[in-house]
Amino acid sequence: MPVNAQESRQLLPALPLTALFLGAFVLPLIALIFISLFTTPQFTAMSPIQYVRFFTDPFSLNVLSDTLLLGAIVAMLALVLAYPLGLVYVASGSLGRAIITFLILLPLLTSTVVRTFAWLVILGRDGIVNSTMLALGLWESPTRLLYTWNGLVVALTQIQLPLMALPVINSLLRLDGNLMKAAEGLGAGRFRVFFTIILPLTLPGAIAGWLLVFAAAATAFITQTLVGGGRIILMPSYIYQQSVGVQDWPFSAAVSLIFTFAVIGIVFAIGVVSRRFMRGIDAA
Amino acid sequence: MQRSVIDRLYSAIVGAIAGFGMLLLLAPTLVVVIISFTGGITLKFPPPSWSMRWYGELLNSREIIDPALTSLKVAALATVLSAVLGGAAALGIARSQLKIARVLDALFMSPMVLPAMAFGLSLLLVFNMLGIRLSVATLVLGHTIICVPFVIRMVGASVQQLNPVLITCSLSLGAGHWYTFRRITLPLIRRGIIASCFVAFLSSFDNVPVSLFLADARTEVLPIKLWAILEGSLDVRVAAVSGVIVIVTLIGLIAAEAFGGVTRQIGAR
Repeated sequence: MPVNAQESRQLLPALPLTALFLGAFVLPLIALIFISLFTTPQFTAMSPIQYVRFFTDPFSLNVLSDTLLLGAIVAMLALVLAYPLGLVYVASGSLGRAIITFLILLPLLTSTVVRTFAWLVILGRDGIVNSTMLALGLWESPTRLLYTWNGLVVALTQIQLPLMALPVINSLLRLDGNLMKAAEGLGAGRFRVFFTIILPLTLPGAIAGWLLVFAAAATAFITQTLVGGGRIILMPSYIYQQSVGVQDWPFSAAVSLIFTFAVIGIVFAIGVVSRRFMRGIDAA
Repeated sequence: MQRSVIDRLYSAIVGAIAGFGMLLLLAPTLVVVIISFTGGITLKFPPPSWSMRWYGELLNSREIIDPALTSLKVAALATVLSAVLGGAAALGIARSQLKIARVLDALFMSPMVLPAMAFGLSLLLVFNMLGIRLSVATLVLGHTIICVPFVIRMVGASVQQLNPVLITCSLSLGAGHWYTFRRITLPLIRRGIIASCFVAFLSSFDNVPVSLFLADARTEVLPIKLWAILEGSLDVRVAAVSGVIVIVTLIGLIAAEAFGGVTRQIGAR
C-alpha cells in the first residue's frame, strides 16, 4: 500500500466529527454572514447597510469600545495579581503549591453564575464591603457598588484570575533558576531581577494569559449583566437584546460578527506583535 | 544595607499582593457557602441567623429542579458525544504528519477562540431557517461543539505521549485492530479521556452563551434560569443552589483527581 493512502486512512476516525463541524459549525457561521447582509429584518433586499448602521451610530461604537476597554483593564489587573501569586507558587514547597493550585482551580471549575452570585453578595447594599466599611466607621452610609463600572471591573478580575494565573505559573516554572542566582550574585537587587530577567523571560505566558482574560472578560455575558446591571450595555447584552429581544436578525448578526472580528483581531494582532518583539529579545 | 531594605520591600509587596490574590480566589466561594445557610430573607452579610431553610425551599422549587435536571441531561449527552467523536478524531489527527490533519485540528479548536455568543446566535438562525424546533437535541448539538476543543486538546496530548511501537508490537503479534485498541490504546489514553470528560461536562453544565439562544421555555437550563431569577430579584434560593453546585464540583474534582490526575491536565493545558 502506498504510504500516502495509508496515512490518509489514519484520518478516517476524524470523519464523523468533521461532518458534524461542517454541518453544525461552519454552515451556521456562513449563514450568520449571509443574514447580516440583509437590509431589513423581513429579509427583503440585500446590502451591507447593517455594518454602515453600526459604524455610523455613536451609541453602537461606544458599546464596542467600552467592551474592549473592559476586557483590557480586567486583563491588566489580573496580570498584576497573577505575578506575585506565581512567584509565591514557584518559591513554595509541594504543600504550598498544592494549596495554590486548589485555590486557582476551585473558582475556575465552579459555575460562572455561582461566581457572579458571590459578587452580588459581596458588593450588595447589605454586602460584605458595605457592612465592613460601616462597622469600621469609614463610610457613613451604604455606598452603591453593584451596578457600577468599578464593581464590574473588580468582580470580573477575580472571576477571570485563574485564566491568567495558570499560564503565568507555567512560564515561571520553566524559568532557569540559575539566571536569577547569577544576577543576584552579580549584585542586582530583587526589583531589578524581576524587571530585567523574570518579566521579559516569562512574557509569553503573560501575553497568553492576558489574551485569555481579555477575551473572557469582554464576552462575559452573565457577569456583565448581573454585576454591571441594566445601565451598562456591553456587546454581549447588545447582541442578545437586538436578536432575542428586538428580533432584528440582520443587525444582530452583523453586530456579533463585528464583535467576533474585533476580539479575534486584537488577539491575533497582539500575538503577531509580541512574537516579533520576543524574537528581538532572543537575538539580543 | 540600603539594598537589603529595598529587597525586603520587594518581598513584602510580592507577599502582600499574593496573599490578597489568594484571599480573592477563595473568598467568593466561601461567601456563597456561608450565605446559603442564612436564616434571613435577604443576602445580608454576615447572615443575621443560621438555618437550612433555603435548602428546604429548594426541594419544593420545581422551577429550579427541572432546569437542573435538563442541564445534567444535556451535559451528560454532550460529554458522551464530544468524547466519542472528539476522541476518535484526536486519535486520527494527533500523530498524523499530513497537512489536512493540522487544518482539522485548527477547525476543531476554533470554538474556543470564537466568541460563543456569535456561534449560539448562528445556530439559532440556522434552526430558524430550516424550520427545526428548539429541543434538548438542538441544545446538545450546540454544547457538543463547545465541548470538542477540550477533548481534542487533552486526548490529543495523551495520544502524542503514546509510544507507537506498542501498537505495532500488538498488531505484529497477531492481535486485531479492535483488540489492540481496547487493550493497548484505550488504557494508555485513559487519563486524557477522563480529564477531558470532566472539563467537558462542567463547561456544558455551565454554558450560557449557547444556551441563551437555544434553550426555550420547554428546555430551560440551570444557568439561564438562575440568571433570569437574579435579573429579577436577589433570591436567596440561588445561594442554596450555588452551595449545592460548589459541593458537587468539589467532590467531582477530588474524584477526577483520583482517577485521572485532572489538575495536572488542566494546569498543563
